Amino acid sequence: MDRKKGVGRRAFEWFDAQLPIVTWLDHVVGTKYVAPRNLNYFWNFGALAGIMLVILIATGIFLAMAYTPHVDHAFDSVERIMRDVNSGWLLRYIHANGASFFFIAIYIHIFRGLYYGSYKAPREVLWWLGIILLICMMAAAFTGYVLPWGQMSFWAATVITNLFTAIPVIGDSITSWLWGGFSVDNPTLNRFFALHFLFPFAIVGVVVLHIWALHIPGSNNPLGIDASGPNDKVPFHPYYTVKDVFGLGVFLLIFFAIVFWAPNFLGHPDNYIQADPLVTPSHIVPEWYFLMLYAILRAIPDKLLGVIAMFGAVFVLFILPWLDTSRIRSGTFRPVFKIFFWILVADCILLTYCGAALPEGMPLLLSRIGTFWYFFHFLFILPVIGWIEVPKPVPDSISASVTSKHAD
Amino acid sequence: MRKIILAATAVASFTLTSLDGLVAADEIALVPQDWTFDGFTGGFDRQQLQRGFQVYLEVCSACHSLKYIAFRNLEDLGYSEAQIKALAAEYELEDGPDEEGDMFYRPAMPSDYFPRPYPNDNFARASNNGSLPPDLSLITKARVGGPDYLYNLLISYEEPPSDVEIMFGMEYNSVFSGGQIAMPQQLFEDLIEYADGTPATVDQMARDVTAFLHWAAEPKLEVRKTTGIRVVLFTLVFTILAYFLKERIWSRLDNPRD
Repeated sequence: MDRKKGVGRRAFEWFDAQLPIVTWLDHVVGTKYVAPRNLNYFWNFGALAGIMLVILIATGIFLAMAYTPHVDHAFDSVERIMRDVNSGWLLRYIHANGASFFFIAIYIHIFRGLYYGSYKAPREVLWWLGIILLICMMAAAFTGYVLPWGQMSFWAATVITNLFTAIPVIGDSITSWLWGGFSVDNPTLNRFFALHFLFPFAIVGVVVLHIWALHIPGSNNPLGIDASGPNDKVPFHPYYTVKDVFGLGVFLLIFFAIVFWAPNFLGHPDNYIQADPLVTPSHIVPEWYFLMLYAILRAIPDKLLGVIAMFGAVFVLFILPWLDTSRIRSGTFRPVFKIFFWILVADCILLTYCGAALPEGMPLLLSRIGTFWYFFHFLFILPVIGWIEVPKPVPDSISASVTSKHAD
Repeated sequence: MRKIILAATAVASFTLTSLDGLVAADEIALVPQDWTFDGFTGGFDRQQLQRGFQVYLEVCSACHSLKYIAFRNLEDLGYSEAQIKALAAEYELEDGPDEEGDMFYRPAMPSDYFPRPYPNDNFARASNNGSLPPDLSLITKARVGGPDYLYNLLISYEEPPSDVEIMFGMEYNSVFSGGQIAMPQQLFEDLIEYADGTPATVDQMARDVTAFLHWAAEPKLEVRKTTGIRVVLFTLVFTILAYFLKERIWSRLDNPRD
């Protein structure tokens, strides 16, 4: 029998017997991982986020080779990357915009989970790992934004690190410890560079756990019912690998349109001015993906409560699996939930918009209403509609639903 | 699926349009200009960059530095190596120390960066009523509105409205934030004589120097767009092929016997 196999096949089997990494990959994202056959395009965004992470790490390593983490040289070294390093402009624009597109992918991924109830049993731990990933991403994005040492870098670092002074008693000590001194200065920049290099690899580690936790129950799906029978499932490879490749192509086309034709569209002009501790910008704003949290922070007149609300907006997601009292996973069969889901989406867009505006007048009022609604949605509406809502009939199996759709 | 996408788009556009105008109220309206470097394939007009460089050299460089531009970068504008050497040699730079430990002066070389008009920021402030003329290397990227802002700023020196009191040493400019700017009007009709004979109107000079400074801020603009076109074409073909491959593989589910 063995004679009939080619040399390549035998070499592979010899290697695989000693280190079955290919077999393992085949079980993780290959032919041995079966996924529900009805996943729609919203299920592409997990893989897309993973690819953005790889792109960010790859470009980031080369940027780090040409970057100088020192208050006197950081801004100059970034300009050197833009002007003198071969293809440095390309690396930097891919890296800076890549962070934005990572967040776009993650936010769609999160809202997909919210709509289809992917946080519900038996996927709570998977959901938690996702929130931990989001927090790590935020830390990586924040420390990364400080590195070019432009005006917004410096003042964003000042505003955010100052939040820790709101903690009673030990706040000031913690803040000095973060700064490595008594203000945002060279030690701060140095440690942020070190941390910015560390976080992505921490993210990779948690991604592995996230995928591991995904494989225990398997993927959720648009119907939110458990996949039974062989007709409900297809092998991840080639069905979802090819679908992800197509989705990646579309996503990259949009990404490249920004990178090559509007690379500074998502950035702030002030960050092309070198950091100056003596000149405060007229309006300090974070990158767009933090505007919602920034609006929540500023909606509350008390500093400590504002900080608590801002962190609370993320941490409330940890208890979401128990706040949603409905046993139906997918929003497709929940007529009331569906309406409030879209109100929540609108609320997050509203808060993002308010985060970019000066905190006064109408935007401030709207950010207060928006902040109230955000917490009201999770803490009151979700538990209550779970009790009162009459869900639509849920199909018996995925394959039954798929075949009935074909019959239409 | 289609319903969800429609709903998402509807929610997003409704929220955004109903919010429009909340934030934009305090922004100054800029008259948008047609720039050669706009658009999908737009690049720089070398002739215009050379004119703009002349404006910078003869007008702006008296107070404004251009610290990220070296003489050698001017090759991008279409100048020859000999022209650049000759231009650089007109400047004297302090260098050293030499073998005896003394500092000395030497003519600038193409590898040198543009000399700054003032030895330090304090000197610059002292010479300008306490205001620091900003470095211009990144100016079009460092202001909201970009090149349109800079062009509009340069042509918007006006008589102040009767209710505005101008502070000592300031000028009225309707585009500048707050209306009062420390830089007096610099561009006047026929202030310079263009090497290529173009009539030096205020509008022409403002437009040319803005184009030059946009080149200084974004020197890789042209290679960025040409690279982009190749990358997008490749990705487009790749995506179309991936789509048909996906259709073909998924069709196996409908015809399990194949």
